[in-house]
Amino acid sequence: MNNLIIMPIIVPLIIGMAMVIFRRNIKLHKILSLIALAASGLIAVLLMGEIKADGIQTLHLGDWQPPFGVSMVADMFSSLLLLTTSIVAICCLLYAFRSIGEERESHYFYPLFLFLITGVNGSFITGDLFNLFVCFEVMLISSYVLISLGGTKVQLRESIKYVLTNIISSFLFLVAIAYIYAITGTLNFAHLSVRVAEAGQGGLLTIISILLLIIFSLKAALFLFFWLPGSYSAPPTAVAAIFAALLTKVGIYAIFRLFTLVFYHEPQITHFLIGILGAATMILGAIGAVAHWDIKNILAYNVIIGVGFIIAGLASFSIEGITGSVYYIIHDIIVKALIFLLGGTIISLTGTGKLKDMSGLIRTHPYLGWIFFIAALSLAGIPPLSGFLGKVFITHGTFEAGYYWLGGIGLMTSLMALYSVIKIFMNCFWGETFLSEEMMSGTTKGLMVPIACLSLLTILLGLGAEGLSSYTELAVETLMNPELYIHAVFGGQSTP
Amino acid sequence: METLMSLLVGLFFAIGTYLILTKSLLRIILGTSIISHGVHLLILTMGGLKTGGPPLLGLQDLPFTDALPQALILTAIVINFATTAIFLVLSYRAYKVLGTDDTDQMRGNHDE
Repeated sequence: MNNLIIMPIIVPLIIGMAMVIFRRNIKLHKILSLIALAASGLIAVLLMGEIKADGIQTLHLGDWQPPFGVSMVADMFSSLLLLTTSIVAICCLLYAFRSIGEERESHYFYPLFLFLITGVNGSFITGDLFNLFVCFEVMLISSYVLISLGGTKVQLRESIKYVLTNIISSFLFLVAIAYIYAITGTLNFAHLSVRVAEAGQGGLLTIISILLLIIFSLKAALFLFFWLPGSYSAPPTAVAAIFAALLTKVGIYAIFRLFTLVFYHEPQITHFLIGILGAATMILGAIGAVAHWDIKNILAYNVIIGVGFIIAGLASFSIEGITGSVYYIIHDIIVKALIFLLGGTIISLTGTGKLKDMSGLIRTHPYLGWIFFIAALSLAGIPPLSGFLGKVFITHGTFEAGYYWLGGIGLMTSLMALYSVIKIFMNCFWGETFLSEEMMSGTTKGLMVPIACLSLLTILLGLGAEGLSSYTELAVETLMNPELYIHAVFGGQSTP
Repeated sequence: METLMSLLVGLFFAIGTYLILTKSLLRIILGTSIISHGVHLLILTMGGLKTGGPPLLGLQDLPFTDALPQALILTAIVINFATTAIFLVLSYRAYKVLGTDDTDQMRGNHDE
């Protein structure tokens, strides 16, 4: 029992609700939201320390023993994601302070932002399938409002598609929960794992696992990504960046949790399917990224490539592959937020997203240019930046598992991703400067701070990967050994 | 009884799917609403229909009905209520701003 675990949900939720009362006081909103996110980051650090010392931490709400009550479980994988979430959210918030505009601020932008983080944090630490659904909904409902807040034509049009897609996938989630409850009689992850192992993962359970895979694929933009490019290019930059960084990763986290803890008995069916989906995602994403000439679309397709690559590590289902995925998911959260913030800054400077209408920005904005260059290299996994280690491990893992085609596609699409972002760099920053300083519509004043923080983080994460390795090893150990998780939840007692 | 419930769930899903595939926004929302009712009935059926007494402490001797599906459905109804409300508001606003509720005319292009 550890009451600290629920704090990353409670703190942003309570502070967000308090902020709704003080609607007019925007300054208070800004301060409180920073405090809430910093607190949730601090709690994640404390949790990581405790997990490293004493193993996986659990909390049974209301002291209802598992599997009867709702359990919260914090293992190293979820704590690492909690910490990354807080850091990236703070950076996006700092960017929003300067760019989001007074109208959105007075219409509860900051409380909604905190509710979004509440849902994301909740999804990472819940130990119950139905509670996962509830946390998903908290996150999604906040994202529905955030994506349409402001009410421009493009936003409204895209948000309707986004909302409808997600509502349908929520229904499918409930259907899957109903089926899984009928077969196993439980919804607790640890108990599900025990029961599925006892009964054997027969045809019915495999079908349900694939239904769950489809649902989470819709959320994670794994193969079913048709909704993503449109809806991620509609909202303002700070919102698009937090969406690109976090929302797809929550779906990926759910896939990882279920297919390492519960449905790991038939890897030749489920994990092979995951591999095929990952490969298709990478190829289609890369084609989209290369084909487009609009910054927002190129970046949105890069999100899709990243999803496919992380999933390739799971498909290999080896220690190497999963280690790579843990590194890469952390890297991907940071670098996607960074590159979306950079893209948004370029668009706000030039007033256009079309690559052919801009050039020569390096003369007026040298720092922006060089940071974009670093981010582009990091995205493609050039050493010593943070993407490198994850790429090496995932590629090695897929080769080890005999999925040479998957590793090969991963490497090929990395090159295509590099080409697509370098295309932005060359068209934006090289060439004749035909936009003079006065013609630029916006300024980068204050916007560079979060961008610089994130780019520093991607460099440090690449150079200091050694220091992170003791934590990622723990995360991978839990993911590869379901018994550790089950033992932590049931505390050594026999399972009913 | 289970067969009857399953047929009803199937009917709800069929009607909901038909409505979601139409072009008018309001019909789409009604479709999602109907599917959600089908989903709730499905959870009730899959959790096992009434087989015994209520799960109360004073009635320990009786075989009792599993109360969890009801709790799940209650939560799901609340969430569905919220999403439907948001969806309705959003589509009303979209109708006001875009001037149409026909999804065919909402495709638009990126140049706006």
